[in-house]
Amino acid sequence: MLKFVAGRLLQGILVLLAIYAVTFFLVAATPGSPFSSERAIRPEILAQIEAFYGYDKPVFERFMTSLGNALSGEFGPSAVYANRTVTDIISESFPVSLKLGALSLLLAMTLGIPAGILAAVKRNTWLDYVPMSAAMVGICLPTFVMGPMLALVFGIILKVLPVAGWFGPEFWILPAATLGLVYAAYFARLTRGGMLEMLNQDWVRTARAKGVKETTIIWRHCLKGGLMPAVTFLGPALAGIISGSFVVETIFQVPGLGQWFVRGALNRDDFLILGLTVLFATMIVIMNLLVDIVQVALNPRLKYE
Amino acid sequence: MAISKLQSFTRILLVALLGSLIAACSGGQRETDNAAAEGILLIGNGTEPKGLDPHLVTGVPENHIISSLIEGLIAYHPTDDLIPAPGVAESWESNDDYTVWTFTLRDDAVWTNGDPVVAGDFTYSWQRILTPMLGSEYAPMLYVIKGAQAFHAGETEDFSTVGVQAMDEKTLQVTLEGPTPHFPNMLKHYSFFPVNPRAVEEHGGMTDRQSGWSTVENFVGNGPFKLKSWVTNQMIEVERNTDYWDNETVKLNGIRFFPVENPSTEETMYRSGRLHLTSTVPPDKIPSLRESVPEQLRIEPYLGSYFYRVNVTRAPFDNPKVRQALAVSFDKKLLVEKVTKGGQAPATGFVPAGIPGYDASTKVQYDPELGKKLLAEAGYPNGKGFPKAEILINTSESHRKIAEAMQAMWKDNLGIDVGIYNQEWKVYLDSQSNLDYDFSRSGWIGDYVHPTTFLELFTTGNGNNDTGWGSAQYDALIAKAQTAQSEEDRVQALHDAEEILLTEMPVLPIYWYTLVYMKDTQLRGWEPKVLDNHPYKYVYFETN
Repeated sequence: MLKFVAGRLLQGILVLLAIYAVTFFLVAATPGSPFSSERAIRPEILAQIEAFYGYDKPVFERFMTSLGNALSGEFGPSAVYANRTVTDIISESFPVSLKLGALSLLLAMTLGIPAGILAAVKRNTWLDYVPMSAAMVGICLPTFVMGPMLALVFGIILKVLPVAGWFGPEFWILPAATLGLVYAAYFARLTRGGMLEMLNQDWVRTARAKGVKETTIIWRHCLKGGLMPAVTFLGPALAGIISGSFVVETIFQVPGLGQWFVRGALNRDDFLILGLTVLFATMIVIMNLLVDIVQVALNPRLKYE
Repeated sequence: MAISKLQSFTRILLVALLGSLIAACSGGQRETDNAAAEGILLIGNGTEPKGLDPHLVTGVPENHIISSLIEGLIAYHPTDDLIPAPGVAESWESNDDYTVWTFTLRDDAVWTNGDPVVAGDFTYSWQRILTPMLGSEYAPMLYVIKGAQAFHAGETEDFSTVGVQAMDEKTLQVTLEGPTPHFPNMLKHYSFFPVNPRAVEEHGGMTDRQSGWSTVENFVGNGPFKLKSWVTNQMIEVERNTDYWDNETVKLNGIRFFPVENPSTEETMYRSGRLHLTSTVPPDKIPSLRESVPEQLRIEPYLGSYFYRVNVTRAPFDNPKVRQALAVSFDKKLLVEKVTKGGQAPATGFVPAGIPGYDASTKVQYDPELGKKLLAEAGYPNGKGFPKAEILINTSESHRKIAEAMQAMWKDNLGIDVGIYNQEWKVYLDSQSNLDYDFSRSGWIGDYVHPTTFLELFTTGNGNNDTGWGSAQYDALIAKAQTAQSEEDRVQALHDAEEILLTEMPVLPIYWYTLVYMKDTQLRGWEPKVLDNHPYKYVYFETN
C-alpha cells in the first residue's frame, strides 16, 4: 500500500506541475492586464506598475520565478488587491470553503445515502417513488434556482434564517443546504442503484433461502458493495462542490474561495489564479487518492497496484 | 425491522434539522432596527474594496469607505454638491485670477495616531501620489497644480518645482497651472486626500505600492470615523472617531459596509432587514419596486454619461455625416422608458444635465428624417451599400438590451444592419483602446462637478479618447477654458467645444445616468448627490 501511495503522490506532483505550467502560459496569453481600467493610465506609469510586479520580464523568466516562489509556498502579492498576498487570501477564505464544502457533503451523504438504501430495499413502493422523484427534481434544479428559492422561503417569507453573510452557524444552513441538496440527490440515486445491484445477486437469493435475516443481508452483505458507486462519486462530488460553490457563494455572500477564483480570472490577477488553481488541483489529487484507498478497502476484488 | 430502524433514523435526522432551524430563528427582530437603535448604518457597498489607500484606489466602493475615514482640505456639503464645506481647512482664499490658493488649516484636526494634521502632510501626500514610482492611476487629477504633470512624468525629481508649499504648520499655498475657480470642489476628490506621513514611512515608505499602512491593524486616518474591522468579502466596519474635530456634528456611531456584488442578493438582504441602503437595484425589479415600495426606491440624477464611441478611423465612420445620421436616428426617450427603466434622462448632449452654471446641450434630438437625409448625402440612400458594422459591448445583460434596441431602431430608421458582439471586460478595454471596434459601448462618471471632467476626454491623444478623433479647434477651446480669466469665458469655451464634439460626433450620447437604490425610511440626512458622495457625518436615524 505504501508503494501505491508513494507512486500516486509522485504522479500527483507531475500532474500539479503540468497544471501549473499550462495555467501560467494560458493566463500569460490571455488578452488584458490586471492593471488596465476604464481610465487610461499613462504608459510610463503603467511601466512603473508592471516593473513593480515583475511584468516587464520575459514570459519564461517570469514563469521560472513564479514556479520557484510557488515551490517555496509563496505565490506572491495580488496584483489587484493592495497589500494582500495570495497566501493571505487563501488562508482567509479556504477555511470558509472547507467548512461549507464539508457541511454540504455531510448533508448530501446523510440525506442521500439512507434515502437510496431505503428506496432500494422498498423498491417500487412510495418509499422508493417519493424520494427518487424528489432526487430527480434535485438533480435538475441548478443551485442558482435552488438558492434564491430557499432564501425567499426561509429568509423573506418565514423570516427564520439569514439570507446572506457568514457570521455564525445560522448563516451556514442555507448555503450548505443549497449546495448539499443537489448532491444528496445524486448520492440517493447512486446508492439506490448500487444497492439494487447487490440485492439482485444470486448469493443474496441463496442467503435468503438459507434463512439469513433480511437485516443481516442488507447491513452486512450488501451495504459495502452497494455503497461503491457513491464512494466513487465522492471525488467528482468534491470537485463539483468546490467549483460549483461560486454560485452559492455569490447568492449567499459567503467569503469563500470560489468568489476569489472568478474574480481573479476577471481581474487577470495572475498570482491569485495560479495560487488557487494549484490549491484546487492539489485537493482533487488528494481526494482521488483517498477515494481509491477507500475503494480498495471496501472492495476485496480491487488491489493496490 | 430494518425499515423501522431506517425510518427512525430518518425521523431523528428530520427532527435535528428542524431543531436547528428553530434554534436559528432570531425572533423576527430586524437587524436594521437593532442597528438603527445603536446608531449604526448598514450599507450595501458593491464589491470588496481593492484597498483603502486613497492614492492607489480608483473605485466607487473604495471611495465610499475612504470618505468616512479620511478628510481632505475641503469636505462635502450635506446637500449642495457645489458648495465647498470646511474640512481640514477652516478657511481658504485665492488671488484675483484663481491661480494661487491659500488654505488655513484648523488647529484641532488630528490623526488617529495622535499627530496633528499639518500643512506638511499635504505636501508629503501630494508628492507621494505624483511620484511616478508609486504608479497612482488618479495622479492626473493633480495636474491642475503647477508643475505636477512634469513631476509625474519624471521630467524632474525636484518636488519644489511643483506648486505646493507649506508656508508654516497651518498654512498651505497651492499655485495652479491656470485660473481654476472650482479648485476647492476638486479637492473633495480622494486623490487630494492626505495620508499620515509617519504611518506611511513606518510601513514601507512613500513609494511602496504594497505598503501596509492602510490595513486594518495599521490604518491612520483623520475622518469622522476610524477603521474597526475588515473581514474580506464580508464586512468593513468603521466606528465613531471621538477625536475628530467635528465629532459633535457626527450622529452615527458606526457604519458597516457590506461588499455585496450580486444585486439580487443585495435586494434580498434589504428586504429581509439587513441593509439600510443598497448600492443598486436589479433593473428588472425597478417597475415592481416602484409599485410596492415607492417610498423606499430612490431614483436620483448621477453625473454620468452613457454613450457609444465611434471609431472614426474606419470607413464609413470617418465621414461625419454618417456619424450624425446615426446619432439622430434612435429614440432615446423610448430607450430609457422601455429598456433601461431607471429614470435615466435621454442625452441630448455629452455633458450631463445638472451641473450648475452649465446648461446642458439640447443639440442631439431624435429626428429620423434628418438621419435618412444625412445618410443619403453620405452616399447610402436608405442604407443601401452600408457595410455591416458591429457594436462592441462588455458582457452584461443590460448593455446587450440597449444594443439590441439601437440595432432595431437603426434598422427601422436608416435601413442599416448592425451586429452586436460582447467581450469580457478586460478584453473589451483592450479592444477599445486599440481602436479595434466600430461602435463601443461606453460610460463616463464625472470626478468633480464641472463640465471639464467630461470634455477634456476628447482632446487629441487623450488616453481616454479612444475614438481616433481629434480636432485642433476643440483642443484650443479646451486649452482656452483651462486658462480663461473668468468663469463666464470658461463656460463659453466649453460650450463651444461641446458644440464641435456634437457636430463631429465621435460619440453618440444615449442617456445620462441615474442612481437607483433602496433606502430605509428611518434614514435621514442622506440627500441626493450627483456624485454619490454622501458626507456621513450628517446622516442619522429618526429613532435616535
